[in-house]
Amino acid sequence: MDFINKNLPYLLAGISVGGQYALIAIGYTMVYGILRLINFAHGDIFMVAALVTVYATTTMPLYVSIPLTLIVTVVLGLAVERVAYKPLRNAPRMSVMISAIGVSYLLQNLALYVTGGLAQTYPAIPFISDTIQIGSATTKMVTVVTPILTIILVFALMQLINHTKIGMGMRAAANDFETSRLMGIKVDNVISMTFLIGSLLAAIGSVLYFTNYASVVPTSGAMPGLKAFVAAVFGGIGSIPGAVIGAFIIGICENIIKGLGWTTFSDAFTFALLIVILIVKPTGLFGEGATDKV
Amino acid sequence: MKKLAALALCATMCFAGAMSVSAEDVVKIGVFEPASGDNGAGGKQETLGIQYANSVAPTVEIGGTEYTVQLEIVDNESSSEKAPTAAADLAGRGVSIVLGTYGSDAAMAASDTFAQAGVPVLGVTCTNPQVTEGNTHYFRICFLDPFQGTVLANFAADQFGAKKAYVLTKLGNDYSGGLGYYFTEAFEALGGEVISDQFPEGNADFTSYITTAVNEGADVIFAPTSTEAAQLIIDTAASQGVTVPLLAGDTWDSNVILNAAEGKDVQIYVTTFYQEGGNEEFDNGIKEWINADDTNLANNGGDDTVAAVTAMGYDAYFTALEALKNAGSTDPAAVNEALWDTTYTGVTGEIAFESENGDAIRDTAYVKQANTETVAWDFVAEQGVN
Amino acid sequence: MGKKRNMILGALLLLAAILAIVILEKQLPPTHIALMVLKKGCIYSLVAVSMNLLNGFTGLFSLGQAGFMLVGAYAYAVLTIPVEARGSVYMYFDGGIINFSVPMLVGLLASGLAALLFAWLIGLPVLRLKSDYLAIATLGFAEIIRAFFQWDKLGVITNGSNMLRKYPTFNSTLFPFIASAICIGIIVLMIHSSYGRAFRAIRDDEVAAEAMGINLAKHKRMSFCVSSFFAGIGGGLLAMYQGSIQAAAFKSAMTYEILLIVVIGGLGSVTGSCIASFLFIASSEWWLRFLDSEMTIGNFKVPFLRAGFRKVVFSVIIMLIVLFARKGIMGDHEFSIDGICRFFRNLGKKKEVKS
Repeated sequence: MDFINKNLPYLLAGISVGGQYALIAIGYTMVYGILRLINFAHGDIFMVAALVTVYATTTMPLYVSIPLTLIVTVVLGLAVERVAYKPLRNAPRMSVMISAIGVSYLLQNLALYVTGGLAQTYPAIPFISDTIQIGSATTKMVTVVTPILTIILVFALMQLINHTKIGMGMRAAANDFETSRLMGIKVDNVISMTFLIGSLLAAIGSVLYFTNYASVVPTSGAMPGLKAFVAAVFGGIGSIPGAVIGAFIIGICENIIKGLGWTTFSDAFTFALLIVILIVKPTGLFGEGATDKV
Repeated sequence: MKKLAALALCATMCFAGAMSVSAEDVVKIGVFEPASGDNGAGGKQETLGIQYANSVAPTVEIGGTEYTVQLEIVDNESSSEKAPTAAADLAGRGVSIVLGTYGSDAAMAASDTFAQAGVPVLGVTCTNPQVTEGNTHYFRICFLDPFQGTVLANFAADQFGAKKAYVLTKLGNDYSGGLGYYFTEAFEALGGEVISDQFPEGNADFTSYITTAVNEGADVIFAPTSTEAAQLIIDTAASQGVTVPLLAGDTWDSNVILNAAEGKDVQIYVTTFYQEGGNEEFDNGIKEWINADDTNLANNGGDDTVAAVTAMGYDAYFTALEALKNAGSTDPAAVNEALWDTTYTGVTGEIAFESENGDAIRDTAYVKQANTETVAWDFVAEQGVN
Repeated sequence: MGKKRNMILGALLLLAAILAIVILEKQLPPTHIALMVLKKGCIYSLVAVSMNLLNGFTGLFSLGQAGFMLVGAYAYAVLTIPVEARGSVYMYFDGGIINFSVPMLVGLLASGLAALLFAWLIGLPVLRLKSDYLAIATLGFAEIIRAFFQWDKLGVITNGSNMLRKYPTFNSTLFPFIASAICIGIIVLMIHSSYGRAFRAIRDDEVAAEAMGINLAKHKRMSFCVSSFFAGIGGGLLAMYQGSIQAAAFKSAMTYEILLIVVIGGLGSVTGSCIASFLFIASSEWWLRFLDSEMTIGNFKVPFLRAGFRKVVFSVIIMLIVLFARKGIMGDHEFSIDGICRFFRNLGKKKEVKS
């Protein structure tokens, strides 16, 4: 019992951060599935979402500012796709990836300029930032809400992908981009939809994440973004359940590592896990068969 | 076409650089502070002190001539990597003396560049001993980490009877690591036990660290970090219902901390250079000055609480003026010479430099507690090493 | 004839550059920003060219550059800190366990060799991966290396996560210039050798290259190791330039910067990488700095100017280059006098002869 009491907080933190990574990871995995693009800017979109909330709440109530955040983030995601990725659709993959790095650089510097380099305190959102007691551990409500909300959203997303027309388009585009275009699927719409969903989930993720870790700086999105990407690869890129499970595993492992006192390696561990999975099972835990990874 | 445009751009820039006016009788004081990055918040508050001092005393009489003081402000981005070029930029602007910086890392990284350029630097709040050690151009007006660490260890042991301390420092940060080291040394010398952990840059999740501290049964948590990490640590500690006191060094003496702790059930103690209320005239003056300008207010974190680093910046400016007066010249080398014997009584106390490394002779630190209801600092004790 | 003339012209250009540096050093104070930019530009040229060898010439998308620079910088610093200074540098670790120090050039060579060793070890597993997966794996390794060097159990060697300093540095801009020039020269020789042709064959079509009898694994590993070797030397030079180093500075952002330089210069162009390095460093650290401070022209206060604006403008410029000048400054061509002549001849009639 004592063992559980002592380790429960690590586990709770891991599950909660894992859920937040999962919401970001879905954006990575869907975009990669269709465009074969590591959207390096995704983590920064997540950060911008948080900044929008911070600034919006200074002038308007929460029930306006949070929907506003979702809208702004989605618009930003779509704009990034339109401006930075669409013109490069037929360019080599490396060009697109570099464009993504460029966007990430730009968003971070814009955030730096707007915030003046000062860390912004994320507003406390009622209910999810309340403190609750679970067993011996005291934590925020968001810790409990995150995994539940994540699972609900993923379930909804799976329904969308498996049972709607646009979802079918997505699956087709992910399977064979060129052929689906020939088959009359409006690939551009499909891609926009992908970015819309990805950004929306990232915005929701940012509300949950920053409620837990209430300080936003321009580089806030970089590490969660990278880890979410690792989660996506870990679970098998292109697979949504895979990304979610990968994210939970990474979140939990990371906190266990910290609990064991290997704090220096908490980030490195994530990457070690990535490299091991890439080498042992390049398609990830739930990846579809042959791709051109090896 | 592209290339021509690029050329034209270069030419304009060179022109713009050459255009900067060089009026007569201007003495330039460099402000080498972070305005972005980890220490951005602290650096800005320190710069505010310097700017306020400049508005109080915009001129100085050097060798019988009245000089206008011009501040040259450069952002070192809190980074040891960007610091050398930022320093070179300052040196290139012909400054007589440089003030800064908040955060010992950037200070150490830029030290050699300043030495090469022959410009003396007056450290404001860089407390790591290595900043001034073994050189003759870097001075400072603040106390040092071995002192601060010992004060904090004594305080933890005396005030709370602490036997076990959890020390959380930031990986790759010389300020954090250094202060943690000296605290550990002093605390262990008092017979205490220390558990230490480090968090990497960009870490936002402090739950596990706090849990470890609680599990290990620590009596105090000592976290000498930047204000950025501090916000998160306080928030996490509060949401996990931590009851043991949080201790930190001078960086935490900031309204960022007060705002983070507002209405939360946490005990926060810091050691610092200045206690608001120590000098009425200065307090009132700077509050009025900060409130008069939106940018200043934003740079001070949105309210008019006077941070100790601001007071230190203020004193540093006047100490620099004293040095300029003593030197009787704006020549950096002469100012460097004059600094050794410069003394000044500032709002944070007597300032004088010892003759080996140019460190300030200071033997007291103020201990303050964050009042989570009034969102202000409560004075706790004035503590020396003994 | 053309080849010979080009070589002579090249040599003359190099001499002119050296002369220009000597004159600049005489004229300007040693810490003048122009000299700092030149020094850093030289170092970044080397690192960018080494990355170009991998990404542009061999087609291996690697993002591990910062990691190898870190290894190089640490190897140099750890080995060359004078024995008497070790006590104060390794103050938390009782002076460390290394009680000798090697001369500067040996240290620099060691920095390359250390990076090479790491590259060889890392290359064994990761070079089997392709494109994005290789990129993300090398990025991961760079992060692991960074954590490893910050580990306090290794503190007696690496000084934990604390700063390393007091090692010998260079004063003259000529040192990094000549060191980088020699290294880049070696890389160019390699590119023009049969190895270089094999690298390009792998880049263009792996299957075809393999069918032509090129040993893929061997050549990929060679390119990776050579690139890392020079990145390591670049790291050593960077350590000298900065005068103090810390593992925390070698973040993935550094790799991204170098990658941007390579792309701006043109993938597969050595001279492009060099030109882009100087332009990149000069704009980010010098020319655009005026954007960071408020300015009034007459009575007009220029809007937007305040701390941080420089970086916004800079990243917008980079975005524009990435989107609209995808091939970079030089494309995959090399800078040459003939090229310049052609450029100016074509400048007039560009509109008609748009190919």
